[in-house]
Amino acid sequence: MSLPILWFVLLAVLWCGFLFLEGFDFGVGMLHGFVGHSDDERRVAINAIGPVWDGNEVWLIVAGAGMFAAFPEWYATMFSGFYLALVAVLVALIIRGVSFEFRTRRESAGWRRTWDAALTLGSLLVPLLVGCALGNLLRGVPIDSSHEYTGSFFTLLNPYSLFVGLTVVLLCLAHGAAFLALKTRGVVQARAEGMGRWLAPLAALAVIAFTAWTLAIAGHAARAPVPVLAVLAILAAAWFIRSHRDGWAFLATAVAMLATVATIFVFLYPRVMVSSTNAAFNLTVHNASSSSYTLKVMTVVTAIFLPLVLIYQGWTFYVFRKRIDVGDVRQQPGSATAGTGGAGTAGGAGGSGGTGGAGGPGGAGGPGGTGPAGAPAGR
Amino acid sequence: MVVAVSQLDLARLQFAATSIYHFLFVPVTIGLAFLVAILQTVWHRRGDDEYLRLTRFFGTLLLINVAVGVVTGLVQEFQFGMAWSSYSRFVGDVFGAPLAIEGLAAFFLESTFLGLWLFGWGRLPKAVHLATIWLVALGTVLSAAFIMAANSWMQRPVGYRINPATGRAQLTSIWAVLTNSMFLWAYGHVLLAALVTGAGLMLAVSAWHLLRRSDPHIFRKTTRVALIVLVPAALLAMLVGSELGVVGEKYQPMKIAAGEALWNTARPASFTLFQIGGFTAGDPIPTFAIKAPHGLSFLATNSWNGKVQGMNQINAQYQQKYGPGDYRPNVFVAFWSIRVMAYLAGLVFLLALWGVWLLRRQKIETSTWFLRLAVWAVVIPFIMNTAGWALTENGRQPWIVQGLQLTRNGVSPSVSATTIAISLVVFVLLYGAMAVIDAVLMIRFARRPIAPTPPLDEHDVPVPAMTY
Repeated sequence: MSLPILWFVLLAVLWCGFLFLEGFDFGVGMLHGFVGHSDDERRVAINAIGPVWDGNEVWLIVAGAGMFAAFPEWYATMFSGFYLALVAVLVALIIRGVSFEFRTRRESAGWRRTWDAALTLGSLLVPLLVGCALGNLLRGVPIDSSHEYTGSFFTLLNPYSLFVGLTVVLLCLAHGAAFLALKTRGVVQARAEGMGRWLAPLAALAVIAFTAWTLAIAGHAARAPVPVLAVLAILAAAWFIRSHRDGWAFLATAVAMLATVATIFVFLYPRVMVSSTNAAFNLTVHNASSSSYTLKVMTVVTAIFLPLVLIYQGWTFYVFRKRIDVGDVRQQPGSATAGTGGAGTAGGAGGSGGTGGAGGPGGAGGPGGTGPAGAPAGR
Repeated sequence: MVVAVSQLDLARLQFAATSIYHFLFVPVTIGLAFLVAILQTVWHRRGDDEYLRLTRFFGTLLLINVAVGVVTGLVQEFQFGMAWSSYSRFVGDVFGAPLAIEGLAAFFLESTFLGLWLFGWGRLPKAVHLATIWLVALGTVLSAAFIMAANSWMQRPVGYRINPATGRAQLTSIWAVLTNSMFLWAYGHVLLAALVTGAGLMLAVSAWHLLRRSDPHIFRKTTRVALIVLVPAALLAMLVGSELGVVGEKYQPMKIAAGEALWNTARPASFTLFQIGGFTAGDPIPTFAIKAPHGLSFLATNSWNGKVQGMNQINAQYQQKYGPGDYRPNVFVAFWSIRVMAYLAGLVFLLALWGVWLLRRQKIETSTWFLRLAVWAVVIPFIMNTAGWALTENGRQPWIVQGLQLTRNGVSPSVSATTIAISLVVFVLLYGAMAVIDAVLMIRFARRPIAPTPPLDEHDVPVPAMTY
């Protein structure tokens, strides 16, 4: 395998990894208002992805920077061509990214609803637009002989690409529901499973249509097994969710997401960006790549660091493997985020460090402080 | 032509605005991550619960700050391709690699372990949990390394050749890029500036609490930690910054000449402490100036009578080498950005020395004047950092890559002025709103009474004490 081809594969892996990992974060972000009717329930959903979402998002950053390093032509043409769409992606990523941190910093219901809305909207827009962008790579956009994009923002909003965006959104929803079903307990879990029951079949319909449409515009029947795997996986996910096999359901939505994103890249190859103006202006693995020295350097770096990343990100998932429920997110007396009562709270918990919540019953249900001292004093 | 010019102006304005904004948060993250790691280490070693409370108090400030730092970093990475596609095509082979390595080697580390640290309280064994904050700190430091390597390549391109077939830069030695003298000095300077910023913030917050006698015995500890870091960091930042000037004189003499508003070559060259006028080619003689004889010779060449080239002479050389044009940056910005940075650094250093003296005489808690000044001094490092980047980036103009590509040739041909205007307005509004929210939250949490010791026993409390 030549280095440009290897890097095409690696970039496909990075984009797949991004949408597989951050995909369930997006799903949880879109669903958290539906699976959580109270603030504590919504916090269960948010905290289920809390420890991992930021690390998951780095896959996008590395995918982008990897394109810059390995295929500067591709990066330059795509990012300048999709300018306004990417501004929208950035705005969505920004409001979504700060919502996690900002929402928790004030108790006011209006404040939290605002950031819940930012989280929901951001989590919807990013997969929609990223899916749409990936669709456009394959469908083709106007690119001239010097690899400059000659279309407008609205050129990007064509039916096929929008449909790819929709498919990715539905997959994120099913994936997120499966994740919550696997990672939470109690009412949040029950609601997530209930939503997964109809989100997975809906996503299955979208993936089937996506497969047919992609084959129709791109040909390459020999490459059909990849999207067919996506179809089978999402159908299996629907089945597993119905039979309460949460682990299997999550695995199935993961495979469906991976295979769907991989489909775009598999059908693209050896092109990286199709020119609808003239096939001679296509960006390809060979005319868009960096020099072999740069690719060699990048390959060595990736061979060292990607396995490390996989190990410590995998370990993070292992550390936070337990299901969580409402009891887990109720704030304890004296926690850094909850300690607002000043002297009052300090007095309450002062003598009890290390023995569990001072105000809580500390009984059978677990030692998490759930008593009145657990709720921060209003401001 | 009018449209082309304003598209370039807008793209430059957008890059400058978003970069300056992003870099308000970066040094706080680097500096505070290190300081929080120190606090947690002291707690771990001594078992003194007050250090645990401080770790969590300043950890909260770190988290609020990181949230904005991370999301604004995304804009920086996308912006090269979006608004500077010709630049990206020209340098991608060289410049993309450090950015990608940054993501793989540093940003993954920082983000993943920050999640582990935040949610790992009471869930990870204590020593492992301590390791997570150190890995976050390591991630921030590594991240800065690759970004600075990339930026330093724009200041002094090394380890590349121009491919005759494509006319584009092509990497020939990653080792040369990572050992670029410009990079090593600039990186040291940035890390020290980050420590000054983080320690300045910790000092200001602690001083505020000391002034109000809220838990003075606890905040005396962070006052001490901050001052112990601040004195050497401020001094070294100045020394390393000065040495960076010597490297600059070698590879970017125009930047140094503009920084002194030195129109004609001088031997020896004096350093101007203050001047009025003399900042444009049409008005090269200042109406008033205070000069320190031999000063610039000493600073730029490390010798008492060293020759320092003037802008007119360098401009003539460049015209011969690169063709007709004006190769001088904005002289006013270059001149004052150096001085704002250097004078304020001196001020911070003196303030820190004063603090250490008070500390030794056990008088710091009652020195109202010092404490008040220390609170307000929190803004100084941010001004210094901004001035530093203004010097670095403005001083390189009209080049985007020194000697290789002009800034005006780097902008995206396919993106209209209107499009950039839209994104500029969007970013300004969004960043403005975030600045207000972030500042309000930072101040609110910085002024809160410090929380009592949280229960942390691994077996008794399976509850993440810090969650969203």
